[in-house]
Amino acid sequence: MCSIKTSNINELFDQIASKTGDKYKDSLRDKLVDNIYRQAETIAKKVVKEPKNKIDWDGKIDNLLTSKITGYPIMLLILGLVFWITIEGANYPTDALYNLLFSGEEQLTRFFLFLGAPDWLHGVVVLGVYRGLAWVIAVMLPPMAIFFPLFTLLEDSGYLPRVAFNLDRFFRKAGAHGKQSLTMSMGFGCNAAGVIACRIIESPRERLIAILTNNFVPCNGRFPTLIALSSIFIGGALVAPYSNISALFAVIGMILVGIVVTLLVSWGLSKTLLKGVPSSFTLELPPYRKPQIGQVIVRSIFDRTIFVLMRAVKVAAPAGAIVWILANVYVGDLSLLGHFANFLDPFARIIGLDGIILTAFILGLPANEIVLPIMIMGYLAEGAMLELDSLAALQKLLVDNGWTLMTALSVMLFSLLHYPCTTTLLTVKKETQSMKWTVLAGLIPLTVSVVVLFVLNQGLKLFGID
Amino acid sequence: MAHYCHSCGNSKTHALEKFNVKKEGDNLVIALAGNPNTGKSTIFNALTGLNQHTGNWPGKTVLQAQGSFIINGQKCTIVDLPGTYSLLANSADEVVARNFICFGKPDTTIVVTDATCLERNLNLILQVMEITDKVVVCVNLIDEAKRKEIEVDIKALSEELGVPVIATSARKKIGLNELINTVHQVASGKILTNPKIIVYDQEIEGAIKELEPQLENLLKGELNSKWVALRLIEGDVLLLEAIKDYLGETLSSTECEVDMSCAR
Repeated sequence: MCSIKTSNINELFDQIASKTGDKYKDSLRDKLVDNIYRQAETIAKKVVKEPKNKIDWDGKIDNLLTSKITGYPIMLLILGLVFWITIEGANYPTDALYNLLFSGEEQLTRFFLFLGAPDWLHGVVVLGVYRGLAWVIAVMLPPMAIFFPLFTLLEDSGYLPRVAFNLDRFFRKAGAHGKQSLTMSMGFGCNAAGVIACRIIESPRERLIAILTNNFVPCNGRFPTLIALSSIFIGGALVAPYSNISALFAVIGMILVGIVVTLLVSWGLSKTLLKGVPSSFTLELPPYRKPQIGQVIVRSIFDRTIFVLMRAVKVAAPAGAIVWILANVYVGDLSLLGHFANFLDPFARIIGLDGIILTAFILGLPANEIVLPIMIMGYLAEGAMLELDSLAALQKLLVDNGWTLMTALSVMLFSLLHYPCTTTLLTVKKETQSMKWTVLAGLIPLTVSVVVLFVLNQGLKLFGID
Repeated sequence: MAHYCHSCGNSKTHALEKFNVKKEGDNLVIALAGNPNTGKSTIFNALTGLNQHTGNWPGKTVLQAQGSFIINGQKCTIVDLPGTYSLLANSADEVVARNFICFGKPDTTIVVTDATCLERNLNLILQVMEITDKVVVCVNLIDEAKRKEIEVDIKALSEELGVPVIATSARKKIGLNELINTVHQVASGKILTNPKIIVYDQEIEGAIKELEPQLENLLKGELNSKWVALRLIEGDVLLLEAIKDYLGETLSSTECEVDMSCAR
């Protein structure tokens, strides 16, 4: 005999399966687990010596950070502190980067003139690619380089699971899984990462809810847009030092709106498409640990900041060229971009945006980072050439193009709520293995954002506020 | 004379490929198991010099990470498994970790534990040792335990478990060399382990005894027969399917090997 037929194993398995009923299996499993735990306990007793009357600091801190009374204010306070440092700290380097990068643009232009290069080449390379890159870097780099290390500190210290603990109640009421607050937190870094993190949720139903709603927390591609617009339109309306504080409240407000929408959509899904009751789970609160500062900085700068920036740069360079071409190829007396924007304009106006803004969001599908730069290029291509070397200049450009506080608010809300980027959608496809859920991951946020903007803008019009 | 069938190759390589782990020549494959948030990723980074992101929350490692390091001129591929509390397959993570240890047959499995709450971690160690003999226990965060005045008797633990136990603090790079050396010695068979077997209630042990001889015959030493017997009693359908798959491939490749020699 050379081999054994594997069918014998099938037979053996089947025999045993028929012998053991389900009821028997359950009690047996409990016994197995019980046996293992007892032996673990016996060994632990022999080898571990714990101090008798030690002060449980972790427990004391937990009582403070997760109590019903102090838990939420502390959470908001920490969140506020992180964003305040980000906004306050990003101002100066952002302006410095604008100056540096746009003096670079002048040099490049001079160089092109010196070479006698044709106008279109200068346009595509300098006004398209270079300018697109410069905007992405100036707008994104400073807030990211500050926000990521701070966020990683929270992650490393063990605070995130406490946040999950605090929010568990809300998610449960929404018919979702408590761990969704962890995957939501990961979405702050990157929604694609947030979607992957949803693997920690075992129940398929709740996992899908978490995946479909991850988009409602702003990833780092959208954060800088929120911060820039808050600083300009909400902070800009007031004088320093109140300006930064009000910008801060605007950003925190946006995050809270995002969390509320997450909960509402989760609730909606658990009542309609994904019916069911939340499964119970044990959330372990890990011990607090002193974060490794050096590690945190290296990790957050190299793994996250540079990584995200490179991704943005890869998309921004071709996008810059395409947008410049669209804005400079004329059909009749209007550029292609102009035609496209004009076509979208009537609809965009209904929800408080304009044609260029909507165009920017559509062209920005590959990466949210480039939405603001495309908007700027769209406006610049139509109007006179501006020296865009600071946030103040950006404000002037936007106001000149008819932006009001309401426009800024609408853009911020749309940025917060609209569809996720292609990378995230592809990740959803990979994680769910389903076209249906991938399409819904785009359509649900889009519907929500349009409805919210429509109600907000038309509602305010109804009351005569514009 | 032994003949090797090239079309089906080595069964172990087959099984490892399923996990996207490449096994080349005499490279060693090391698995890194452990409860969530015990510092597996930190150990992984320290050993491989890779920079996998770490974080203080359970469930950080959702992707199976791989890296490699070289010891005594031998390349070791190290696989960072998702953190789990048990291998009883309650979640997708547990299935991944268990299947890798069971079918991937790593040359050594490191179980990373948290020195500040060892008891909770012991469950996993005991379960891993049911599947494989080649286990090294790493009692990590030993500095934190010291700070909390928790004493762990490493030598006694090693005697209790019958496998090497190394105290480490991955963040402070304490004990890592010893860990690597021990892992290498276990992988290359220089240290022979004698893992403690969990003794179950009479009723269960009786059922195991009934099944074991038949299984031994069928499994041909490919899988631990007592462990498979337990899973059979437990009625773990998912695993049974996986075992059928695995054995189907393995046995057909042995079959192929033997047939070749018969033909000569």
